[in-house]
Amino acid sequence: MKKSFFAPTVLGLVLLFLYIPILLVIAYGFSTDGISMRFFDADGHFLGFTFKWYKQLFTGVYSVRSLLDSFWLSLEIAGIATVVSCAIGTTAALALHRWKSRLQTVHYALVYTPLVMPDILIGISLLMLFVACRVECGFWTILIAHITFCVSYVVMTVLARLQDFDRSIIEAAYDLGASPLYAFFKVELPILMPGIVAGGLLAFTLSIDDVVITAFVNGAGTNTFPTYVSSMVKHSKNLPAVFALSTVMLIATCVLAGISRMISKRHSA
Amino acid sequence: MKPSNTRKGFFAEGVLTAPSFLWLALFFAVPTLIVVSFTFHGHTPNGGVAESWSLVTWRALADPDYPSIIWRTLRISVEVTLWCILLSLPCAYAIARMDKRRRPLIAAAIMLPFWTSFVVRVFAWRTMLHPDGWLQSCYLSYLRCCEWLFNCLPAFLQHALTGLGLASPEPLDPALATALDSEVAVVLVSVYSFLPFALMPIYSAAEKFDFSLMEAARDLGANSFYAFRKIFVPCIRQGIVSAVLMVFIPAIGSYVIPQMLGGTNCVLIGNKIFMRAIQNRNIPHASALATLMAVSVLVPMALTVWWRARQKARDKKKADIGMAAQIPGATV
Repeated sequence: MKKSFFAPTVLGLVLLFLYIPILLVIAYGFSTDGISMRFFDADGHFLGFTFKWYKQLFTGVYSVRSLLDSFWLSLEIAGIATVVSCAIGTTAALALHRWKSRLQTVHYALVYTPLVMPDILIGISLLMLFVACRVECGFWTILIAHITFCVSYVVMTVLARLQDFDRSIIEAAYDLGASPLYAFFKVELPILMPGIVAGGLLAFTLSIDDVVITAFVNGAGTNTFPTYVSSMVKHSKNLPAVFALSTVMLIATCVLAGISRMISKRHSA
Repeated sequence: MKPSNTRKGFFAEGVLTAPSFLWLALFFAVPTLIVVSFTFHGHTPNGGVAESWSLVTWRALADPDYPSIIWRTLRISVEVTLWCILLSLPCAYAIARMDKRRRPLIAAAIMLPFWTSFVVRVFAWRTMLHPDGWLQSCYLSYLRCCEWLFNCLPAFLQHALTGLGLASPEPLDPALATALDSEVAVVLVSVYSFLPFALMPIYSAAEKFDFSLMEAARDLGANSFYAFRKIFVPCIRQGIVSAVLMVFIPAIGSYVIPQMLGGTNCVLIGNKIFMRAIQNRNIPHASALATLMAVSVLVPMALTVWWRARQKARDKKKADIGMAAQIPGATV
């Protein structure tokens, strides 16, 4: 059969399209120009590279302090939101899988709808709630918002894992004299773990990347990394620091992904 | 041990259901209802919500400002969805035809750029499309190159090209490549950001596709594009429908991309909601726009659910008829 060249060419171009901004993110981190991040001046002279932004990030000097603070806040919120949404999401998935009552139909609708709602609607409705209850917006409101939109994703991932779960294993455990709690923690939970971990990873990425919902509920002065970056667009003198930090994050993610892949390979081998 | 409808069973169900049910009821359902109820109130000048119920807010949506924004949001979302699907189809086809061991590698290569923060990627685009950015300087050097080549040509060729309208004696507009603060920039970056959402469902459908069908079609005289259109695309339509939803929903709710790249020329519903809620303190208007956005997302969603149910019913009917036809003497 004749090989078609059209589809592979489109694939190549799309990959190029996807990678250009990433290469720029990496390149901008080395730019000497802190405002417009040019590498050439008006006459076409090369301005050179610098490691100064990386040095600033790792020594934590004053000019990048608020950037680093927002980054740590993001990590903290994403971490807590992941743990809490995993706990709530797993119980919800167990309930949805085991019972088929009318309560569970409503429960499923309640879990499913946030997945298709635009972020901005979730953001504005939470803001209205917090304003109506006269709650001061800040760390706690951001955390509540993040848990709210993460729970549904965890439920769906764990539910998918439960679907190919053989319940007779649990019954075998009961026959061998296990109590329901013992069977749950020693048999069911370890089998569900990959689903919970996948859901948790998804929740973590969603939480650390969220701008829209956070922008509604963050109040004055509390910024996560994404809202801080979007507030830097108009006026900032150390933009390359943002790109340097993103490069560090990208490398860290790649390393972590590589390690987890190696571990899972060793487990399956 | 089957879960039974005993008191203990109810208790266990309650304990497992309560955390997520109460959390989502309190922080999702109730706030959404608050937002919807606000749309039936007017707004007060000091940024509050009027006490009395009225339809003032819904009537205000008809003022000249809003319909154009709503229309623009819908148009851009459709454009972005179309581009994403059009680009994903050949890509998914190409990946699915690859060697089985290379496929996960390419899939990972597509996902890798999305491990960087979304805002940072949009920021990189903004810098790239900026009038001082390198796209503009590439364009300028291209113009300079053209000018230089043109000046090298003999005079009669110069006259001929000018006469044909292929060149102009005036210097070209150097600001042509400044795509920032325009709809083009918003569509471009939206396609960039939402492409994986379209590619993944289409790819997972294409992976299950039986490519010998394509060969059969070609043996019967179809050219490859015809076979692609008439065999491949219909077979993976479930994946395409998922892809449409996965792109259309975030595109309708888009806020960051038009905010950072559209400037004042491309304000979408999302930006207007934010503006009304945070800057103008006109909460009923923001709520009405948000409700409208939710409806425009839920309608295609409901249509898809209905379409899927109908397809399933039709497949089942077909299977039943097929079974009945196999039984001798059975009348259908």
